[in-house]
Amino acid sequence: MALRPDLAIIADAVPMASRVLDVGCGDGELMVALRGKGVDARGLEIDPANVTAAIARGQSVVQGDANHDLADYPDDAFDYAILSQTLQTTERPDRVVSELLRIAPRAFVSFPNFAHWRVRLALLWGGRMPVTRSIPIAWYETPNIHHVTVSDFRDLVRAKGIKVERVWHLSGDKPTSDAAASWRAEHAIFLIARS
Amino acid sequence: MASLLHDIQHHSVTIAAPLPLDSGQVLPAVTIAYQSYGVLNADKSNAVLICHALTGDQYVASDHPATGKPGWWARMVGPGKPIDTDSYHVICANVLGSCMGTSGPASPDAATGAPLGMAFPVITIADMVRAQAMLLDHLGISRLHAVVGGSMGGMQTLAWAATYPERLASALVIASAARHSAQNIAFHEVGRQAIMADPDWQDGQYYGSARAPTKGLAVARMAAHITYLSEEGLTEKFGRRLQARNIKSFGFDADFQVESYLRHQGLAFTDRFDANAYLYITRAMDYFDLADPHDGRLAGAFAKAKDVRFTLVSFDTDWLYPTSESRRVVQALQSVGAAASFVELSAPFGHDSFLLDVPALDRLVAGALGTGF
Repeated sequence: MALRPDLAIIADAVPMASRVLDVGCGDGELMVALRGKGVDARGLEIDPANVTAAIARGQSVVQGDANHDLADYPDDAFDYAILSQTLQTTERPDRVVSELLRIAPRAFVSFPNFAHWRVRLALLWGGRMPVTRSIPIAWYETPNIHHVTVSDFRDLVRAKGIKVERVWHLSGDKPTSDAAASWRAEHAIFLIARS
Repeated sequence: MASLLHDIQHHSVTIAAPLPLDSGQVLPAVTIAYQSYGVLNADKSNAVLICHALTGDQYVASDHPATGKPGWWARMVGPGKPIDTDSYHVICANVLGSCMGTSGPASPDAATGAPLGMAFPVITIADMVRAQAMLLDHLGISRLHAVVGGSMGGMQTLAWAATYPERLASALVIASAARHSAQNIAFHEVGRQAIMADPDWQDGQYYGSARAPTKGLAVARMAAHITYLSEEGLTEKFGRRLQARNIKSFGFDADFQVESYLRHQGLAFTDRFDANAYLYITRAMDYFDLADPHDGRLAGAFAKAKDVRFTLVSFDTDWLYPTSESRRVVQALQSVGAAASFVELSAPFGHDSFLLDVPALDRLVAGALGTGF
């Protein structure tokens, strides 16, 4: 099965033989993909069925919550922390980002861009919280409690003195140019680092 | 009957080397009864040690010689099972202090030949593990593919990782803890007092007599059995239903099904277990606290175990060894950078879930061992 596009980009960008923590690792598909690169990947996942599936695939995954359980990892335990499609579901995204860069000097963070033109149109013309391809669940049942845009995230990391080393933007499954990414990107993947 | 129990022949080896114990005493030689399944490969790299629980034994996947019932983990161990004996050489040894052929309180005194009884030294979980290591030395197995255990077996597994981290690649710890809580100790003390209050116990020297403390041992088992089940499990199984009658007797017969069930469990237990062994093994569990030699820091116990792959599993209805105890171990492992997996599985059977039909556990065990299932 092909990796989700944002995971494929991260899998490609993680250097060989590095130590990685995948926060919100699901059933471990990215970890399995990284195994071929000799990466020592560990996972944290909230859903016990996903944890069971990942362990059954031979992965090292701990059942836990990104909001609280990152505190159990020592400083610099990893080379990279990965938070894919999870930031917008956390209680305090700012604190989670700080935790990621405490346990690893670099982190990949991917999220759906709430400023994509479809989202803007849904609000502008429909007057309703958008339900789109990348944000498919209605406002009352979505786990996304902190919707975030590409510009919002840039503001956050700037305010926290965090360095952006690289950014990828996706429209559908395809990369899209950085120009007008705020409008055109459905998803963004940031590689951030301590400054 | 204890006398019948001690007449059973077990496959065993006597190792004529001293076993120093945590108490400071030394066993001059140790007999270890064990079973093995599957073929040990040429480079002796496929051995899996299974550690049994308090009242378990080495008959993990073969019929019990006293009761004739299938092995206690026959659903997990065998050809094509999650612990696949087509791939692994599985070893299970009766623990030190027990009553199925390994050295314990029913063993004879070297000088007199009479059963030791309470002259057998008090042993610990670490002592059990040292005895297992002596068995593996004897078998020429220097390193294990995995050590696996539930409940007290999980304690031994953790003690293995702490004591001999270089001798195992992975550790699978199910429904267990790195220490015995006040509540755990309290329940064990009830059981021990029940045994020692039985006049037939005779200060532990009942082996030669026609009497054995079966009543005390049965009560101990009844109390313990409650702790192995969940409240919802008991309610679902028995509720307030009456046993073979329509009305209450207004007496002290087993009116309720749950009473009848517990009495049966208690009595049946005495056919296959020795009261003194129950005293010694519960004591070993009560003394267990892996953090104790490290000033209360559990991470200290795993300082040299960072290359061992750990998998811990708890069950949401297990109040005897609750999820919080497994999490405590996971946190200690993460703090030393060991590869640790942990999941809390949902199962209705309480602590006993690790022995029962929980399909998710099967997948986990196979995956943690690297079989895929």
